[in-house]
Amino acid sequence: MKAFTTMFTTVDQTTKTNQKIQAMVDYFTHAEEEDKIFAVSILIGNKPKRPVKTSELKEWAAQLADLPMWLFEESYYTVGDLAEAIALVLPAQKKEQQVSLRETLALLARLTDLPSEEKKELIIDYWMSAPLAERFVFNKLITGNFRMGVSRQLVIKALAKYLDKEQTSIAHQLMGKWNPYEETMSSMFAAESQLDKSYIPYPFFLAYQLDSEPEDLGAISEWCIEKKLDGIRGQIIVRNKEIFVWSRGEELLTDKFPEFTSLQDSLPNGTVLDGEIIPWRDGQPLPFQVMQTRIGRKNISPKYLKEAPLVMVCFDVLEKDGVDLRERPLMERRELLKEIIAKHTDGKLLLSAAMDFTNWQEVAVFRENAREYNCEGVMLKRKTSPYETGRRRGNWWKWKTDPMTVDGVLLYAQSGHGRRANLFTDYTFAVWDGELLVPFAKAYSGLTDKEINELDNWVKRNTLEKFGPVRSVKPEFVFEIAFEGINSSPRHKSGVALRFPRILRWRKDKSVKEANTKNDLLQLIEAQKP
Amino acid sequence: MLEFTDKGIYCPRADVYIDPWKPVKSAIITHGHSDHARMGNGHYICHKDTVAILRLRLGLNIAVQGVDYNEGISINGVKISLHPAGHIIGSAQVRLEYKGEIWVVSGDYKLIPDGLSVPFEPVKCHHFITESTFGLPIYKFPPTQDIYTSINEWWQQNSAEGFNSIVIAYALGKSQSILHHLDQSIGEIYLHGAVANVNNTLNENGHNFPGIWVTPEMDRKAIKGSMIVAPPSALSTPWMSKFSPSRKALCSGWMQLRGARRRSGVDRGFVLSDHCDWNQLNEAVLATGAENIYVTHGYQTTYAKWLTERYHLNAVEMKTQFEPATGDV
Repeated sequence: MKAFTTMFTTVDQTTKTNQKIQAMVDYFTHAEEEDKIFAVSILIGNKPKRPVKTSELKEWAAQLADLPMWLFEESYYTVGDLAEAIALVLPAQKKEQQVSLRETLALLARLTDLPSEEKKELIIDYWMSAPLAERFVFNKLITGNFRMGVSRQLVIKALAKYLDKEQTSIAHQLMGKWNPYEETMSSMFAAESQLDKSYIPYPFFLAYQLDSEPEDLGAISEWCIEKKLDGIRGQIIVRNKEIFVWSRGEELLTDKFPEFTSLQDSLPNGTVLDGEIIPWRDGQPLPFQVMQTRIGRKNISPKYLKEAPLVMVCFDVLEKDGVDLRERPLMERRELLKEIIAKHTDGKLLLSAAMDFTNWQEVAVFRENAREYNCEGVMLKRKTSPYETGRRRGNWWKWKTDPMTVDGVLLYAQSGHGRRANLFTDYTFAVWDGELLVPFAKAYSGLTDKEINELDNWVKRNTLEKFGPVRSVKPEFVFEIAFEGINSSPRHKSGVALRFPRILRWRKDKSVKEANTKNDLLQLIEAQKP
Repeated sequence: MLEFTDKGIYCPRADVYIDPWKPVKSAIITHGHSDHARMGNGHYICHKDTVAILRLRLGLNIAVQGVDYNEGISINGVKISLHPAGHIIGSAQVRLEYKGEIWVVSGDYKLIPDGLSVPFEPVKCHHFITESTFGLPIYKFPPTQDIYTSINEWWQQNSAEGFNSIVIAYALGKSQSILHHLDQSIGEIYLHGAVANVNNTLNENGHNFPGIWVTPEMDRKAIKGSMIVAPPSALSTPWMSKFSPSRKALCSGWMQLRGARRRSGVDRGFVLSDHCDWNQLNEAVLATGAENIYVTHGYQTTYAKWLTERYHLNAVEMKTQFEPATGDV
């Protein structure tokens, strides 16, 4: 754990990507061989299952530190991070003991099935034999919210450097679900190890939001322009007569989409398609929310299959007849894609149409009215582009329409976590319902550090009531809230649910009375209906 | 004997305020930090090592009387004496005694010696006024010697990689304790004007702090692999960016928390404080033997509740206008 903690601390202390990469390379160079694959797993964001309740952890820590529970809770609010709060309040380390990362994770896995008293004994023993930084990392692993502060792309860079391999092959080998207990560094990253892993998807090619004028992209004739649909980005793989459906978040979702099962017989072996999975009926996409309720289900009943039928709107083919096509130009891939869809998919897969525009001005108008066309903007893809790895600039751009906005009144504030610990950064906003303010959205991001500090200061001086970490404040400030979608929801007080709400700007020019009303929200929903 | 007024802590019998935040006729000053030593008072009483600091910061023509630790003065029957607080050079606790009743105003203090200020001495009393800047059990500072070693190692490494090391610390107090512990064999030490000013004053009074004052005409591009000591106000100013390539570190008790370290936007955070951590606070309060504790700036509500509950003391929170415990340094 010592080497792993040292790496974590270095990564955590710097904002410079080169230093982060170097810290990982140093770790891989010096760490125990059997630990490395576990480190890779954690670095790319896999989390061990939480073996104990946080309430128990708090209780044991407070007991061991000889603190009343209220004082522990107060400390926790101030730190804003349970793992750190526990590490800090515990008494000084009592003994030296070297435990490897693998042993630590094995301990956590073993804990799950033990009775509470034994869990307590083992955890306390670990705490008291670890210095502060290692305690913190251990607690982060137990509480299951460990974030390393490195992107997947950085981990790939570090591994490529350490193993002296191409980043693209590392990215590919890391895809999908794999179990560190069943792998070693060589089984994961040896060149031939791909052969028997037919289920592995290709790394997704992701686009950045267009941040310049479209005219700067050159002649419109060089670009393939498609609708940007709001669904789940996915890859359909058929190999050895078996189908696998992967989401961009690298979850294997095959079982969630029984609609696609028959494709394993109709699509030729060695086919990989990329597209957007969306609910679809009568030739039209349905709102995203329709699918969301379905995805959350463990078992998909016929009722859901009927209410939320899904299709995949395909825009790329990455593999045909077992041949990797990613280096071929986009328009060539699209021709092959058309052929596959027409021949083999029986209406379960649709082709994402390339739209005809004669100039960028027309594209801009379409984008502005994107919601009327049931999409959230356009995708711009260079006709000659290969299928790249990860998020890249240059060949693919997304150009989303402007979000919808509503002016809300700040009603509650809660302190944040991590970098925002001990600062009031999580806000709840309300709209008017007659004389009442009803909460309609929670938002965490969108303010500058300076604004956050100013608001934090104000919240501390204008608190009406405290409920644990939450404070209600004087209704005084109006914020413009942006969001991507709105739907009615019986679960929310205001009767609406927003998609991706965030703060657009602090409207100091507006008084509370000028905020929007619940009726305005309901009208937005009405306006969306076809 | 003492009252908490809107001008500060007041002793009516002696007609004297302690660290007042509005101008008064007569003020006892615990130490030279600007939230405790303010302008405009008629007459100042402080420890003799604080006199020069007050003149530097408040002007040469203030009326100031320096006294030594344990040297009693008497005003209208109130016996007043100063005792070491260990916070910075010249910092003092104020002891007031009248008809057998003893009060101690501790100002800012710490128990761990910094090698420069006279170490804290517990003073027996009935009423004790304490700060609570770090009055939560999450604040348990590592041994200071370890921190100084880390600072030197950090400097050494930056220097080897061609970076300047910029350490951010209060100009008065922390800057000097850091300078006192820097390993001068690693390289040159440079000072921001605010730090150099304080050093000059202290050096005239028998100290010997190293470092070269960075003046406007100096070619800052020629400074490489060196240590630069600067106050928080210099952070992200053009003055500071001229030392590029550089790495920056903040020295503060707040650096104990990861969130504060990451928010600060510097490369390193060293946990170094001139205040008490949780354990020191408890030790200090108990050592006074006082039954009545008045908890000021910091986590006063929480800390007063803790003292009442755990040690059965008569502890209450007091609102003061000393710098609140917010995220800066």
